[in-house]
Amino acid sequence: MTLPFQGIGASVRRKEDLRFISGRGHYTDDINRPGQLHAYIKRSDRPHAKILSIDTAAAKAAPGVVAVFTGADTAALGSIPCGWQIHNKDGSPMAEPRHPMLAEGFVRHVGDQIAVVIAETRQQAKDAAELLAVEMEDLPSVANVTDAIKPGAGVVHEGIAGNLCYDWHIGDKAAMEAAFAQAAHVVTLDLTNNRLIPNAMEPRAALGDFDSSTDDYTLYTTSQNPHVIRLLMGAFVLGLPEHKLRVVAPDVGGGFGSKIYHYAEEAIVTWAAGKLKRPVKWTAERSESFMSDAHGRDHVSTARLALDKDGTFLALHVQTLSNMGAYLSTFATAVPTYLYATLLAGVYTTPAIYAEVKAVFTNTVPVDAYRGAGRPEATYLLERLVDAAAHDTGMDRIAIRRKNFIPRDAFPYQTPVALQYDSGDYFTTLDMAMKHADWAGFPARRAEAAQRGKLRGIGVSTYLEACGIAPSKVVGSLGARAGLYEVANVRVHPTGSVSVFTGTHSHGQGHETTFAQLVTDQLGVPFSQVDVVHGDTAKIPFGMGTYGSRSLAVGGSAMVKAMDKIIAKGKKIAAHLMEASADDIEFKDGKFTVAGTDKVKTLGEIALTAYVPHNYPIEELEPGLDETAFYDPKNFTFPGGCHICEVEIDRDTGVVRVVNFTAVDDVGRVVNPMIVEGQVQGGVAQGIGQALLENAAYDADGQLLSGSFMDYTMPRADDLPNFNVSTENTMCTHNPLGSKGCGEVGAIGSPPAVINAVVDALRDYGVRHLDMPATSAKIWGIIEAGRPKMAAE
Amino acid sequence: MYDFAFQTPASVADAVKLLADPEARPLAGGQTLIPVLKQRLNKPTTVVDLSRLGLSGITVSGTTLTIGATTTHRTVARSAEVKQLIPALAALAGMIGDPAVRYRGTIGGSLANNDPTADYPSAALALGATIKTSARSIAADEYFQGMFATALQPGEIITAIEFTAPEKAAYEKFSNPASRYAMVGVFVARGPKGVRVTVTGAGQNGVFRHTAFEAALSKSWSPDALNGIATPVDSMNADIHGSAEYRAHLVGVVAKRAVAKTL
Repeated sequence: MTLPFQGIGASVRRKEDLRFISGRGHYTDDINRPGQLHAYIKRSDRPHAKILSIDTAAAKAAPGVVAVFTGADTAALGSIPCGWQIHNKDGSPMAEPRHPMLAEGFVRHVGDQIAVVIAETRQQAKDAAELLAVEMEDLPSVANVTDAIKPGAGVVHEGIAGNLCYDWHIGDKAAMEAAFAQAAHVVTLDLTNNRLIPNAMEPRAALGDFDSSTDDYTLYTTSQNPHVIRLLMGAFVLGLPEHKLRVVAPDVGGGFGSKIYHYAEEAIVTWAAGKLKRPVKWTAERSESFMSDAHGRDHVSTARLALDKDGTFLALHVQTLSNMGAYLSTFATAVPTYLYATLLAGVYTTPAIYAEVKAVFTNTVPVDAYRGAGRPEATYLLERLVDAAAHDTGMDRIAIRRKNFIPRDAFPYQTPVALQYDSGDYFTTLDMAMKHADWAGFPARRAEAAQRGKLRGIGVSTYLEACGIAPSKVVGSLGARAGLYEVANVRVHPTGSVSVFTGTHSHGQGHETTFAQLVTDQLGVPFSQVDVVHGDTAKIPFGMGTYGSRSLAVGGSAMVKAMDKIIAKGKKIAAHLMEASADDIEFKDGKFTVAGTDKVKTLGEIALTAYVPHNYPIEELEPGLDETAFYDPKNFTFPGGCHICEVEIDRDTGVVRVVNFTAVDDVGRVVNPMIVEGQVQGGVAQGIGQALLENAAYDADGQLLSGSFMDYTMPRADDLPNFNVSTENTMCTHNPLGSKGCGEVGAIGSPPAVINAVVDALRDYGVRHLDMPATSAKIWGIIEAGRPKMAAE
Repeated sequence: MYDFAFQTPASVADAVKLLADPEARPLAGGQTLIPVLKQRLNKPTTVVDLSRLGLSGITVSGTTLTIGATTTHRTVARSAEVKQLIPALAALAGMIGDPAVRYRGTIGGSLANNDPTADYPSAALALGATIKTSARSIAADEYFQGMFATALQPGEIITAIEFTAPEKAAYEKFSNPASRYAMVGVFVARGPKGVRVTVTGAGQNGVFRHTAFEAALSKSWSPDALNGIATPVDSMNADIHGSAEYRAHLVGVVAKRAVAKTL
């Protein structure tokens, strides 16, 4: 029987999908432990206040209530930690205020945890929470970064002057200034990267369990990285050693970054389970998600580009205010620095770049990495700025890009902002995207649309991003408080089936399929004989989890390394069985052969021998066929590509429709083309959402105005066209797979393509820039304001 | 939600009796009440389920269309009788919410709730419908009394809505991008009540008749007849999705599109 090809490059159907689409997934909230209690968290409805008193007596006396805890009970425990320390321009460390599990005297954002009520049922906990008497005194508050740094603004944390977390910079200021002094053109653009609320389909949940007979704690949680949670919560917050704390992240229904971080609720239920000697479960309601899941983006920037008279970029100067929210979430501080400012070279040869970033506290939900994390902000700024440069200088948008692209033969390419790109070909992705989008035919389509009364525009974005953040030595020197390698354990069972234990985590990405394909490809084991296991610190040796599109490039590479060890050991066993030298053994398609002979042993035979070592080189080799590898990458990977968006605007209402969207991405080696296409489509949908629809709106004081789906516009299927998605790949040169990562490219490349298209559609109205989201109301305002001007001309 | 008693009466009289309790709440399709209960914004003693009162169904007598109060939006949208007699009404029902909402939501529930962004009030007012209740008949002109306010007395429930077929009618809406409720919905009708133009979603005080548009369309039933006729900005809602000026502008755009649908 010939099996269909299911190795690298095959669009194998996702093996996890039957479970998910038939309701047999097993999520955190599906787990129930004997004697389980339920936690309800009383949250602040005020943006900033001093807690004068909390009277818990009535709540404690309510039916079914087992305990009520406030900040007074948890004050001796550690602070929710921040995983990355940034240093100021002057070398001093960033301001790092305490981030308590439960509010200690102050609430600092709407949604901040004041108290937890634990009862026999969720209903009872919720009922009792209404009996909590919390006396508060409002304090001056501030929601946006530009207000927060003004003198006299509300102070989020006592003692942190000007609400400044850090004032950081990168690049060569003198070189930048010298280049600007020589420039023929200087293009300036002020722009905002709108705040987003992630809204994974599954709300966050956490279940803490404690076994008083062994003192073992277990936390079941909606996490993208259970080992990281074990480290952060165990070591920094609760003081629990690793061997007494197991963290399980079972099926997780979407993360997009929001489930990377260690959240207070995880520590609360774990600590409370130990205290009460009973399991404690908390599951967020959707409205809680809006005000307690880390938000994304929220930058305000000024960018200046210096060009010579021919349009060659000479220098870039960027000043950014980044909103941290009220507390520092796990990776919040790294996002606007090492995941943002280091990307400001983009795909261009700009020789001098200087970026200054101020991270600012406000009375809002903490902000952290959200699909793309820093790279969408950099890409949006750069690709809008390049379009503005074309606009201001009269150059063609495509020509100015081509003129400044990093040449194909310039790799490895060292940027002036720390990164060294290993590979890429921005000319090919641009050419292919223009072809697929029929760029040349656009003027005719615009004219035809005009006859229908529509304003049609086309926009391009040529982007680059960085995935698989690494190596550990470098990120450590930059302030990371963890390593960024990945771990794989490959276990060949006695009869030849394989279990792979990976430190990455799948919450929609399809790892169970993609990683099984790697095993099928490398070990020649049928796809059906491979299982991928993830999400449990008791099963997986170690791992850093899934974010930053790292799972295949870093986690997959660890698997390749572990399988290399399997093959090396298998060769020794095969050599013994076939009475040959190990150097003469070849391994291909699941078979060990002696070179130049017809002697053959299958992997299954070798595995059986390894576990039943009756005829075995026991003096030289241990039994078993089970190998672990830790893989620490040499560099980031650098996916890139070109997105082209075409929009039509209804003059009467200002409504923007995306009518065509073309993506040609370079993601390196593709293991499963169908899954890659799905990843890109999902990312593009989120990018279009940011560009046209989504906005976390706060009033000036910090009340969340878009606190539900009634007011927060999530993109829906009918907001989106069919996407034309393809890849043109160059290989990553430093990992064994050649893969670069595909999880975020869609969300990174698309927003500027959309806005560039909207601006193009509105070019007759004198529009040079507009901020996201390009809502119909905003565009109608522009059209209205432009009407008299149009009439006069 | 808070605890409450749940009753499923078998007759209108029994339902009315149960609703004599001022803290009891009637449940039709539940598309508003259930979310409100889940958010603990309402704490009823009893929820009175109206689904077993025999109030679902559509009947036609000459040019009169009678729709039972608990008839779902889906049923109205797909009804051959409604499509034939008042196609605009069937089209409107098909534009409410999403399929799940249309399977559960009812015409009586929508009119009793009188959400300022609901679709049905515009049709009832524009078509001069008669709201039949457990106690009486109420003309639509008297029925709508501002947002979430109606002529219904405590304990009074809608049993049916009676429409007379117009000569021409159409409904058009501009949906709120997030909630997909009507940001501006306009129903235009020409029939026994003359020319009527009603606006839902946009106004600060719920559904209203746009008399300036009505006068213009009475002279000439065409989209262009509405050119240059302003909608008072100060009566419009404003929120993060759009200013009062934008809504006032959209009222004109949407009204023209509704008229164009009838041509």
